[in-house]
Amino acid sequence: MLSRVSTYLYLRPKLVLGLLLVPPLLWFLVIYIGSLISLLVNSFFSLDSFTGQIVREFTLKTYAKLFETSNLQIFARTTIMAALVTIACAALAFPLSYYMARFATPRMKTFLYIGVTLPLWSSYVVRVYSWKLILAQEGIVSWFARIVQLDGLLDWYLSLPIVGGPSLAISSTGVFLVFVYIWLPYMVIPIQTALERVPKSLIEASSDLGAKPAQTFRNVILPLAFPGVIAGSIFTFSLTLGDFIVPQLFGSSAYTIGRAVLTFQGTSNNIPLAAAFTMGPILIMIVYLLIARKLGAFDAL
Amino acid sequence: MGESAILFKNVSRHFGEVKAVDDVTLEIHDGEFFSMLGPSGSGKTTCLRMIAGFDRPTLGQIFLYGQDVSNLPPYDRSVNTVFQDYALFPHMTVGENIAYGLMIKGLAKDQRKKQVDEMLDLVRLTGFADRKPSQLSGGQRQRVALARALVNHPKVLLLDEPLGALDLKLRQQMQVELKAIQQRVGITFIFVTHDQEEALTMSDRIAVFNLGKIEQVGSPADIYEHPQTSFVAGFVGVSNLIGGEVAKRITGAEDKFSIRPEKIHLSSMDAKADADMYSATGKVRDVVYLGLYTRYLVELDGGGDLVVVEQNLKSTSMDVMKSKGQQTRLMWKKEHISKLGG
Amino acid sequence: MLSKNTSQPSVERGSRWLQASAIAVLLFLHIPMWLIFLYSFTTDTAAYTFPPPGLTLKWIPQALSNPEMQAALSLSIRVASLATVAALILGTLAAAAVYRSDFFGKEAISFMLLLPLALPGIVTGIAMRSAMSLISIPFSYWTIVIGHATFCVVVVYNNVLARFRRSGGSMIEASMDLGANSFQTFWHIVLPNIGTALLAGAILAFSLSFDEVIVTTFTAGQQETLPIWILGQMFKPRSRPITNVTAMLVVIITALPILLAQRITAGSSDTEGSNK
Repeated sequence: MLSRVSTYLYLRPKLVLGLLLVPPLLWFLVIYIGSLISLLVNSFFSLDSFTGQIVREFTLKTYAKLFETSNLQIFARTTIMAALVTIACAALAFPLSYYMARFATPRMKTFLYIGVTLPLWSSYVVRVYSWKLILAQEGIVSWFARIVQLDGLLDWYLSLPIVGGPSLAISSTGVFLVFVYIWLPYMVIPIQTALERVPKSLIEASSDLGAKPAQTFRNVILPLAFPGVIAGSIFTFSLTLGDFIVPQLFGSSAYTIGRAVLTFQGTSNNIPLAAAFTMGPILIMIVYLLIARKLGAFDAL
Repeated sequence: MGESAILFKNVSRHFGEVKAVDDVTLEIHDGEFFSMLGPSGSGKTTCLRMIAGFDRPTLGQIFLYGQDVSNLPPYDRSVNTVFQDYALFPHMTVGENIAYGLMIKGLAKDQRKKQVDEMLDLVRLTGFADRKPSQLSGGQRQRVALARALVNHPKVLLLDEPLGALDLKLRQQMQVELKAIQQRVGITFIFVTHDQEEALTMSDRIAVFNLGKIEQVGSPADIYEHPQTSFVAGFVGVSNLIGGEVAKRITGAEDKFSIRPEKIHLSSMDAKADADMYSATGKVRDVVYLGLYTRYLVELDGGGDLVVVEQNLKSTSMDVMKSKGQQTRLMWKKEHISKLGG
Repeated sequence: MLSKNTSQPSVERGSRWLQASAIAVLLFLHIPMWLIFLYSFTTDTAAYTFPPPGLTLKWIPQALSNPEMQAALSLSIRVASLATVAALILGTLAAAAVYRSDFFGKEAISFMLLLPLALPGIVTGIAMRSAMSLISIPFSYWTIVIGHATFCVVVVYNNVLARFRRSGGSMIEASMDLGANSFQTFWHIVLPNIGTALLAGAILAFSLSFDEVIVTTFTAGQQETLPIWILGQMFKPRSRPITNVTAMLVVIITALPILLAQRITAGSSDTEGSNK
């Protein structure tokens, strides 16, 4: 019986392909792509401000709201934060990646690789939580500042506008630090992959042609590792753009895209505005991905 | 010999626009060691895969001992394959690999073990049953692949360039061994290769493939001595191809023909050709001393080049070098030329 | 030659500097996580005082017997298990389809499967939330599972597809050649060979689902998975010690399987490497 079925299927490879493809394809088309389409549809609806009900009629009213000053500020604030986090991640990740790719012994490399992937796969919430402990007023940072007698400096820094706040646990600096910590592994792996692919002979050729190590680094290694940086930045940028938990826990009352979306759909049930708002990061990411592809980032993924 | 093991009736296999196999008709006899020889992309492997059942003809039919198998899946054909990369199952021991076909058939464990041991003896791997494929050398893996196929007593055994991955010495040793095993088990072997020497060494008959078609089928001697097309003449061994004006001056006819370099003799200008010989004169343009033999390139007086090979039975490298630039007369027996069609 | 000799010491110095900064970055990645372990034993209950005023073991039994925590943990495990099963089935089917044949849109499939993980979680979350709103689906256990399964598929898919590609195609043909039909071939040859890839994919999918919080926020309604519960504790700390212990528990629960998954995939590539 089974053999009969097997033969029937063997002679019909297209049917088998269909049977294999239909469940995952159906799932993704209906649930995922369907959801994305419903997001798009919802963004053209609006919320009746009196009844609090969603009006299911086509309108551009909701999109128009995005261009109110306060909302534009939200986009700008979030994008700047994402860019700063990305730059910091790249700066921190590079030496580690470079060491892993070029100097570490195979054993050391395995150890470092696990050292980077373990946090990557570890619980996001717990990793965020750990910074609640670190940045708290009585926490390790303040303690350390007291020990080295720099608590005056810390207080002065916190009194600055924009970067400061009542404590490190409630300041843009806190948000920035936590973001860098959380997304750093996503930057290390692609850079390391890109650096691994730089053939050793190229570096030897460069020094053979008279370049000093610093020149080789700047003229050969850095340009070749750049696609890896771009690939990593896709993650750090996109993840920062959409996150609402870190700004909520460590930020001031100023909204970011993520917080805005969460609040619109949650407290005010304004799903149309939340949907329209989400088109912001989607659009920014699409542009970003297009640029990244031009720069060859996808080869490094 | 009379019974046909495999019969291709006007078989074609198209991949989109590409005709990988183009209207092939072919009969392979029971008990034969049959080689399919050709460059890569010539259709030989596709023919093999259609016999195995991994691929099906777009047009035409394939018969296995009189039964139309064109649309049977691989597991319903009494045919087994030795794969180019051996395709041993990495998660099974050597013994389990060989017993796989028997296990699928539902044979009891002790019977499987007995047959596996017999096979291991046959391929001279006695005592290797408990090793993993990853612990074997290339040559040993190849023997396991052979044993795994033979233990099922297939009517036809297919070998897809099985010696390709081995080094030269091992390859030559395995050629002899394969031939011996084939004669011992008496199964029809179909051997796919792009190595003409391998085909000539082992086969009872050879089919030469080119561009999806069969150029010529025949015994190794046939193929070598009487190539029927210029492709066969050029692919199997080295040949001088002569046609047009040059051919007319030598043979009196304008037909294209081929002559093997080793059949041509260099002699002095005043030597006389017998009645059963052709002759031509020319100047030795190049001499390459190759130890066992010397290769000469002779520019014929009326145009055209001939490559001549002579064994260094008495001559030394000093002797042969002297002939460079000299006029010479070339002679060969009329029966040694092959008229080419196509 | 001369220039090489003079540059040698600076390479040495450069690599030592590099080593130091690499270690510093690695410590930055790890110290915060391990600090949670210290805080799980602090006697301080009102603040996050460092250094801890005293150490105690009493929070561990208290946390483990906390009913809210237990309920959240149980929900998380149930969600992650079912999402993993769904991801295993869908990911393996997709990998098999992509591996065995060429068809139009093959590249698009890999891309589509990756999308839920590549786009910010909030996009997937709000998209599903808006779909639920559009066709009035109430929040439930199933809405969480469906959301999780969707972004877990790609890890199984990637693992299984990579294994298929490494295993070499003729193995399946060899099995059929030796008389096994498609089902026997799947059971005796395919499954044992992709087994560890499935296991690794399952572990990663499970931990991905177990830790997820962003999409869950949009698809869970009032239900609390363990990460959501911890998140709630951060906003309105009711019992800091119990949260600390739970956070430690989560680190342990997720770290061990991930190390295991890494061993599995690294081990198999080692043996395949030695084959060559």
